[in-house]
Amino acid sequence: MDILRVLVTDDELGMRLGVVRTLRGFTVRVPDVEEVIGFEVEEAENGEAALEIIRRSPPQILFLDHKMPGISGLEVLEATRDLQSEMLTIMITAYASIETAVQATKSGAYDFLAKPFTPDELRNTIRKAATRLALAKQARKLAEEKRQVRFQFIRVLGHELKAPLNAVEGYLRMLQEGQLGEKLSAYTEAVDRSLVRIEGMRKLVADLLDVTHIESGQRQRSLESVDVVQIAGRVLETFAPDAAARKIDIVLNAPGPVRLTADRGEIEMILNNLISNAVKYNRDGGRVDVQLAHQSERVTISVSDTGIGLATEEAARLFGEFVRIRNDKTRNILGSGLGLSIVKKLASLYGGDATVVSEAGAGSTFTVTLNDQPTAASASPARTLPGDSSPRADCENPAVA
Amino acid sequence: MSNNPTKRRVLLVDDDSDFLWQQKVQLEAAGFEVSTAVGETEAKERLAECPPDLAVLDVMMDNPDTGFTLCYYIRKHAPKIPIILVTSIVSETGLDFALASESDRAWIRADALLAKPIRFEQLRREIDRLLPHETAATAEAH
Repeated sequence: MDILRVLVTDDELGMRLGVVRTLRGFTVRVPDVEEVIGFEVEEAENGEAALEIIRRSPPQILFLDHKMPGISGLEVLEATRDLQSEMLTIMITAYASIETAVQATKSGAYDFLAKPFTPDELRNTIRKAATRLALAKQARKLAEEKRQVRFQFIRVLGHELKAPLNAVEGYLRMLQEGQLGEKLSAYTEAVDRSLVRIEGMRKLVADLLDVTHIESGQRQRSLESVDVVQIAGRVLETFAPDAAARKIDIVLNAPGPVRLTADRGEIEMILNNLISNAVKYNRDGGRVDVQLAHQSERVTISVSDTGIGLATEEAARLFGEFVRIRNDKTRNILGSGLGLSIVKKLASLYGGDATVVSEAGAGSTFTVTLNDQPTAASASPARTLPGDSSPRADCENPAVA
Repeated sequence: MSNNPTKRRVLLVDDDSDFLWQQKVQLEAAGFEVSTAVGETEAKERLAECPPDLAVLDVMMDNPDTGFTLCYYIRKHAPKIPIILVTSIVSETGLDFALASESDRAWIRADALLAKPIRFEQLRREIDRLLPHETAATAEAH
């Protein structure tokens, strides 16, 4: 249970004791964040005492009487407005006038409670404040998690970008320092490998831009009726030379046109990544089967290869960012480690999914399902966090006692 | 690998085949006998086939800590083989460790630590320090 500190500032002892009694054992349940909140009440008999406590350690909720001997509630509010804390102030007003309310709102008060109030009114007010605090805390937690994920992504990205640079730099230094001896083949090897690594880096940057585009949610998607078979045909053409060089057969199976409401570029990206992998990780003389189907409201893209395959535990993490299965069979195959994470993200834009079934040494089948009618909600990856509304929006007009 | 008793034998383990090629060419030019492995399994095979006089290990390979795992493996099975860890994780993760402190030396178990990208001369200097020229020959003589 989370305990919130409440400070009651009022010159009337009866009022302070009333709040203490009402909140003793009172809890608030916030279902959205599965949190139960309890309260610990402190008292201050005037504005000066309240300020001292707040400056030492601000409570989460401040009940503040407006009219007190010495400095007034509004002056306390004014003095604490620049404090960097999550404290919510609830003004207790005896003669609730519009002017006081407006002035208090300007000074950052969260809510009002008109004197005299019933225990239920007090509990309702505090329930609202506690819920707001819990949601704000949850929003901060989500933002921090998101930040950590981004940090991790950038760290790995740094590693992935530096590796090819190091390799190319190594070759160049060897050439510069004449360390390759008399054999021409060593020079050819150094230059060829440098070009291969530069190509790999170019692909990584291209994939990275795709990921950023998809995740930003700002890209203009143009949804139209497209024929997946026709797009697949064009994608296959781009891989035909690579496949032919390694005697890999690519076969496209479809019942006829497979129509889908989709962004053409996204469907191309999905097919590109899947077919590119199926060729890259295949054996020479192998086969790639691209199967397209339309069942009720759903399109299925299935790409099978006769390649190296992978183990079940490897398959489970394959769709993560920068995941590449590293072993002696894959070490000379270039890849950014982002392709399948892109496929998965795109599939989710269509309310679908990407999965793999594989057998080590025999081959893999990647299947992507896409719903034909992407809804507005699933089309936008951006989520609104709870607790985003401004505090003022929650502020009610003071009830007249 | 031929067993030329006068040549010092180095095992290079790294998942970057370009790094392996570059260091191998330069080490061979400098008179070393070099075997290479791209991961933990291959490294263990090389160690079993023909124990080297020194091992150079990358840290992040099949797994993020493969280098450390191999370090322990070598310490256990061939405690006399000096180990040089070559890694880029210090600069990339901010994971700060070095072999300067006693506590780091206790868990890292390597004899030297080099940060990538390395110049060949650095590697050469560390190998010469850990493996004086006569070691291989005297080891054979024993």
